[in-house]
Amino acid sequence: MKYVDEFRSPELISKTAEEIRRLADPNRRYRLMEICGGHTHAIYRFGLGDVLPPNIELIHGPGCPVCVLPMGRIDAGLAAAARPGTIFAAFGDMMRVPGTQGSPLEHKARGMDVRIVYSPSDALKLAKANPEKQVLFFAIGFETTAPSTALTLQHAKKEGVPNFFVFCNHITINPAIRAILNSPDMRLDGFIGPGHVSTVIGCRPYEWIAKDQNKPIVVSGFEPLDLLQSIVMLLRQLRNGEAKVENQYKRVVAWEGNKVALRAMEDVFELRPHFEWRGLGSIPESALRLREKYAEWDAELQFDIPGIRVTDPEAAQCGEVLRGILKPAQCRLFGRECTPERPVGALMVSSEGSCAAYYNYEHRKTAPLTTIEAPA
Amino acid sequence: MCLAIPAKIIEISTENDNLALVDVAGVRRHVDLGLLEDDRPKPGDWVLIHVGYAMTKISEQDATEQMRILEMLGESEAAMQEVRGYGSENAERKPVT
Repeated sequence: MKYVDEFRSPELISKTAEEIRRLADPNRRYRLMEICGGHTHAIYRFGLGDVLPPNIELIHGPGCPVCVLPMGRIDAGLAAAARPGTIFAAFGDMMRVPGTQGSPLEHKARGMDVRIVYSPSDALKLAKANPEKQVLFFAIGFETTAPSTALTLQHAKKEGVPNFFVFCNHITINPAIRAILNSPDMRLDGFIGPGHVSTVIGCRPYEWIAKDQNKPIVVSGFEPLDLLQSIVMLLRQLRNGEAKVENQYKRVVAWEGNKVALRAMEDVFELRPHFEWRGLGSIPESALRLREKYAEWDAELQFDIPGIRVTDPEAAQCGEVLRGILKPAQCRLFGRECTPERPVGALMVSSEGSCAAYYNYEHRKTAPLTTIEAPA
Repeated sequence: MCLAIPAKIIEISTENDNLALVDVAGVRRHVDLGLLEDDRPKPGDWVLIHVGYAMTKISEQDATEQMRILEMLGESEAAMQEVRGYGSENAERKPVT
């Protein structure tokens, strides 16, 4: 019970775990998907899988933008940045992601000007501070991050910054959920909805999951109690034969989302007809690109970007893990050829990828972990 | 990257009301308030920041819990590095009070 005391309401955590046991029908299996990579990481870290009765299985979803980015996009961004006088700017998470010719960090070691930025606005600052260079910002992320890129582009346009370019890899969460629900080998009973994506898009965009697919979805916070409460809410709906969108994370997520953020995204981005996802294949209208009025800042138009398509390493079974068919450790490469130190597949790269989380907390178990005791 | 970081608004720039100085566990940096135009935070308010933009206002208690989550996930050091902007922002270190 060590860690429980560090969070608020430890008694409530025990009660909630008991409530889960009470609500779960021992005669059926529950397969619940947490969509967000942050949730995946938290579930492993807090050992929440151990608190749940064995017939509740958590499937780790596609919500880690680094993990689902196909290698061809990394190759394309790095190939474009090879133009002399170019600075390649990206978030820290991108630096170790392998491309066919190596990761951004390996390109840096070979002489490319690669910079880690915390914010798209830091990349814009970099462009203003280096007017003789061209800054290519490798934009990545779901709807959590896209509004920040949008506002930064609005600033660049307003200030007329001529040497700032965005290589846009922003993706949207709902089409990925649809692709997963439509895959024939997938059986899911409900979803734990993403917390921080929902601060932007709100809860309404998930209504199709409840109405058309008849699956419950509960938008959840990141604390152990949040995640357990969300599971209780899902089990209640399933017991009552309901399928609704519910918001467990009301203290942070507004039902309507953030209208300013949505307006900024609408101004700057439009949907791409198709976008390739690692492990899930091509998904229609699942990614964003810059609108024509931002063409001057669009790296895809202003740089010579090769349309590189790289198939995932054949031996790596990222796709099956992403769709919940295999557990991370069931992949042929897991823990042998593919480790967090030397990742082959993208699920091993980011701490929010399910393979890295599984490796760090379940497989290796080097650090002493504190876990919740299941109620007697 | 996807976990937001809690920050307290210290002051809002007099020249640009979308620019705020915030404090994250003793480290200060500037963030953009442009996404909160409909619900402007004031100095003393807590916000969740993500890639340099304030995303939503939160309570002080939520801010404390969120920081604890980041610590437990082993993400707090990465978060602080991000806040310091990998050197691109001259974040000054202040003792935690």
